[in-house]
Amino acid sequence: MTNSWTDIKNTDLVVVMGGNAAEAHPCGFKWVTEAKAKRGAKLIVVDPRYTRTASVSDFYAPIRPGSDIAFLMGVIRWCMENDKVQWEYVLNYTNAAFLVKDEFGWSDGLFTGYDEEKRDYDKASWDYKIGEDGYVLTDPTLQDPRCVWNLLRDHVDVYTPEMVERVCGTPQDKFLTICQMIGECSTPTKTMTSMYALGWTQHSKGAQNIRGMAMLQLILGNIGVRGGGMNALRGHSNIQGLTDIGLMSNLIPGYLNIPTEKEADWQTYLSTRSFKPLRPNQMSYWQNYPKFMVSFMKAMWGDTATAENDWAYHYLPKLDVPAYDAMRMFELMTHGKVNLYFCQGFNPLLSFPNRGKMTEAFSKLKMLVIMDPLTTETSHFWQNHGIYNDVDTAAIQTEVLELPTTCFAEDEGALVNSGRWLQWHWAGATPPGQAKHDTWIMAQIWTRVRKLYQDEGGVFPDPILNLTWDYADPGNPMPDELAKEMNGKALATVYDPADPTKVLAEAGQQLAGFAQYRDDGSTMGGCWIYAGSWTEKGNMMARRDNSDPDETGAYLNWAFAWPANRRILYNRASCDVQGKPWDPSRKLIEWTGEKWEGYDVPDIAPTAKPTEVGPFIMNPEGVSRLFSRGMMRDGPFPTHMEPFEAPIANVFNPRMRGNPVARVFESDAETFAAVGDPDFPFVATSYRLTEHFHYWTKHNPVNAALQPEFFVEISEELAAERGIERGGRVRVWSKRGQVWAKAVVTKRIRPMTCDGKIVHVVGIPLHWGFMGAARNGFGPNSLSPAVGDANVETPEFKAFMVNIEPAAEEPVA
Amino acid sequence: MNIDLSRRGFLRLAGAGVAATSLGAMGFGGAEAAEQAHVRAFKLATTTETRNTCPYCSVACGIIMYSKGDVKAGETAELIHIEGDADHPTNRGTLCPKGAALKDFVHAPTRLTTPRYRAAGASEFQEITWEEALDKIARALKDDRDANFIQANEAGVPVNRWTTTGFLAASATTNETAWLTYKTVRSMGIVGFDNQARV
Repeated sequence: MTNSWTDIKNTDLVVVMGGNAAEAHPCGFKWVTEAKAKRGAKLIVVDPRYTRTASVSDFYAPIRPGSDIAFLMGVIRWCMENDKVQWEYVLNYTNAAFLVKDEFGWSDGLFTGYDEEKRDYDKASWDYKIGEDGYVLTDPTLQDPRCVWNLLRDHVDVYTPEMVERVCGTPQDKFLTICQMIGECSTPTKTMTSMYALGWTQHSKGAQNIRGMAMLQLILGNIGVRGGGMNALRGHSNIQGLTDIGLMSNLIPGYLNIPTEKEADWQTYLSTRSFKPLRPNQMSYWQNYPKFMVSFMKAMWGDTATAENDWAYHYLPKLDVPAYDAMRMFELMTHGKVNLYFCQGFNPLLSFPNRGKMTEAFSKLKMLVIMDPLTTETSHFWQNHGIYNDVDTAAIQTEVLELPTTCFAEDEGALVNSGRWLQWHWAGATPPGQAKHDTWIMAQIWTRVRKLYQDEGGVFPDPILNLTWDYADPGNPMPDELAKEMNGKALATVYDPADPTKVLAEAGQQLAGFAQYRDDGSTMGGCWIYAGSWTEKGNMMARRDNSDPDETGAYLNWAFAWPANRRILYNRASCDVQGKPWDPSRKLIEWTGEKWEGYDVPDIAPTAKPTEVGPFIMNPEGVSRLFSRGMMRDGPFPTHMEPFEAPIANVFNPRMRGNPVARVFESDAETFAAVGDPDFPFVATSYRLTEHFHYWTKHNPVNAALQPEFFVEISEELAAERGIERGGRVRVWSKRGQVWAKAVVTKRIRPMTCDGKIVHVVGIPLHWGFMGAARNGFGPNSLSPAVGDANVETPEFKAFMVNIEPAAEEPVA
Repeated sequence: MNIDLSRRGFLRLAGAGVAATSLGAMGFGGAEAAEQAHVRAFKLATTTETRNTCPYCSVACGIIMYSKGDVKAGETAELIHIEGDADHPTNRGTLCPKGAALKDFVHAPTRLTTPRYRAAGASEFQEITWEEALDKIARALKDDRDANFIQANEAGVPVNRWTTTGFLAASATTNETAWLTYKTVRSMGIVGFDNQARV
C-alpha cells in the first residue's frame, strides 16, 4: 500500500477492482464503511461476480476475467476527453511533458521492437529524448506530438465505451456511470482510493493491470494524498516482509538486486545503478544504492567484506536467467534437474498451477523437506487419497522430512502489514510436542552444514565459513538479535557529512535511519528500508501509542512503518508546487518557508525547496511515470492482452496469444486450450471466502464447519444450459485436470456478451484439499495453466478455460 | 491510550466491587463475606495476557491471547482464549470469522508435534528424532552442493550458483525468521529461492 488501512477513512471514493476486501480483508474493510458513514464516500465494485463487497457498494459493474486493462484504459480515455484531469499535478508531478523518441509506437496490439522468435521486445525505442545537457527534453505546453501526454492520448484512443463493452462485457451505461464517478475525483479536494489484490495480480499481465490504475490515479492527482493511493491489500500476514527482505531468486533485502552473470564485477554491477538525475535538481534517491549494498555485504560477511575485495562481491551468486522463481524450479524438477527442495510454511501442491505437473515435479526430487505448523498436502503428495490425490505411492522415490514448527502464538518477532507497518508480537503459548521455532531449525541446519565444511572441506566453502553468525547461542539466534542486525549498526564512528566534527553514531551503536548508512564499510545493515526499526532508543516496532493528533489516521507512534516511519508514500505530492496542501482539510505535510512538516514524516529532504525538487524522489526524473520507459517487459503503457486461455481472440491482433512476452515453457504450451476451443467453452476464475484463509483454516474444526465443502459457483443460465441441479454434483475439467464439486447456482454470476459471444463464468473457491478437518476437495490449481505474469511470474489463476457437466453423486461410504 | 490497569486487573476489581457494594447496600452485613467467598473469580483473571497480531491476512489485526502460565517466566503456557485488541488502531477490537476462531487454529488436531520421515516408496510416515532429521538434511545439502555447485560459467566468469537445491520460504513467519533464512540460503549459493508473494 502507498497508504494504510486507517487512512482509507479519508477517502471520497473507493474503487474495488481486482479484489474483494469485504470478504478477504473484513476488518480492514471497516475503514471503507467508516468513510461511507462519516464522509459520505461512495464505493464502486467492478468484478466478474457480485461479491460480498459488491453487496455493500453504491455501484457495481460486471467485467470479464482478464480484461481489466481495456476497462482502465477506457476510463483514462474518458477522463482525458472530458477534461477530468488534475492539471497542476499532471504537469508538475508526472512525465506528461517529457518527449519520447520518434521511433516509439504501437500497432496491432504490439509496441515497437517485438521479436516473435524471442518472445521479447527490443526496448531501445521506449525512451525519452535526451538533450545536450544530459537531461530529458520536455514541452510543458504539451503541444509537441511526441510528449508523453499526447502519446498516451493516442494510445488510449481505441478504448471507446463501445470497445470496453466489446472486450470486457461491461454494459456501456454502467461503464460511463463509473467514469463520471471517478472523474469527480480529479478536483484537488476530492480523492479516490484503489483497493486491489490477487484479482489483479494473478494474470499473465498482472503488473500492467496495476500500472493502469496507478496511471489513472496520477491523472486524478490521487497519489501521495490522504484517502488516495494504490493500495495492494496483500495476502498473508507477512508477504510484505518476506518480499522486503528479498526472499526471492533475484532480490537482496530492500529491493536491491542479485547480480546477473553479465555483471561479473562490482564496478560493472554499480555502473547500471548510478541513477543520475534525468532533470535538474532532482534527488534520485537510488543514487545511495552503494551505501545500502555495501552495508548489506558487511551484514553478511563482516570483516571479510572489504573495499579491497569489492565487499566480497565474488561471494554472491550470479544469475544466468532473470530468476529461478518457483515455476521455473518446478519445470526444472520435471526434467530431473533438482534434487532437494525445502518448503517453509508453504503448501505448493495446492498453491501453484497445474497440480498434475506439481506431483510429477515432486516425484522426481530426491528429498523434500517440509517445515510447517500443520500437516500439509505437499508433505503427503506421495500418499494415495483416492480421487483427491490419485498417485502411485510405491513408485514415488522421494524421501520426505516433515518438521513441526511453531505458529504465531508461540513465537516472537515482527510481521509487516499491507500498510508497511512492522508490528512486533510476543509469544503467549508453549509449542506443542516437539515443535520448534523456524529460527532454531534454520540455525541448526546452517551450523551443521558449516561444521561439515569445517571438518571435510568442499566446494567453495568461503561464503559459508565467513558468514557473520555472532549470536549469543549460534544454534538458536534470538528475534532481537536478528531485528537489530536488519536495522544496522555503526562499525566505526559515523560522522555527519555536512559537519565532519559531528558524530552521528559511535562504533557498535544502532543506526537511527538509512541516512546514516555508508558505502565505506563503516556501517552494516541487513535491510536498509528497515533502518530506524530498532535504534538506540529500542524496539520501535513494539511501540503501542495509539494517539492520532487531529484524527488523520496516521498513528505515527504505533509500531514502525518503513521507510523512515512514513505512513503515506510520496506525501510531498499532497501539496501544490508551492508546498501548500491541495486540500487544507486533509493536510498531511506542508512547506513552512524553511522546511517540510506536518502529520507524517515528509517524503522528501526536510529542507528541499518545493519549486525545485520533485515529489517522486526515488525516480531520477523527480516525477512519476505515465510512460514507464523500458522498465516493464510488456510495454511502457498497458495494452489489452487476452489471458493465455480465452473465449475470444485479441481484438487488436487475433494471432496474439496471451501476453506476447510472458515466459512459456514448451511442455506447458501444449497444455493450453486453443482460443475459442469448443471443448473448453467457459471462463473459470478462482476466489476466496471470508470463512477461510487459504489452505490453513480447513485444519480448524470451527472454520471447517462454517464452510465444510468444496463447491463451484455458476449462473442460473449456465446451470440450465448444462442441466445442472442446484446443489448437485458436477465435474469441472480443463485441458490439465479435473475436479468434482457441489454446484452453487446463483444470481451473483451472470453471463455476459463479449465480442458478440455469450461468455459464462465458473467461480472456483480455493480452500479445500485432502488434509485437515474439512471434507476432502480440490483447489483451482488442479485446473489452471502454468504460466505467469511477464514481469513477475505470478501465475494466471484468475482467467482460464474449463468445461462443466453434471456428475454422479459420490457414493456414501 | 493504554491504561496502566490491565484488563485482567480491571475485571477482578470490578467483579469484586459489584458484589461488595450491592450486598452491602442491601444490608446483608454477615452474608456479605460468605457470598464473596463463593463468587467465582473471572476465568481470565488468572491468565497471562500477551499481545500478538492475527497471522492470517495482512490487515494484521491486533489480538490479545490469554494463557494459563507465562512463557516469559519460563512456565508452560496453555492458550485458552483469543480476542481482538481494542487498543489496536486498525481493528479496534474486532475480528473476522477467521480471527475469531484463532484459538482453535492453534489447537488444530492436525498440528505437527514431532519430526517425521517418509522413506522412498513408503506408504506412511515414521517418527524420527530432531537430531536424525537435521543431520540427514545437512548431509544432503553438503553432498548436493559439492556435486552440483557451479563456480564459473563457460566463459570462466565466477557465478557461484547452486540450482539443484531450492528453497520456498514462507508467508507468515516473522521478519527475523526471514532474515535468518535469507542468510542461510544465500550464503550457500541457492538461487531457486522464492516466497508466497509469488502467488
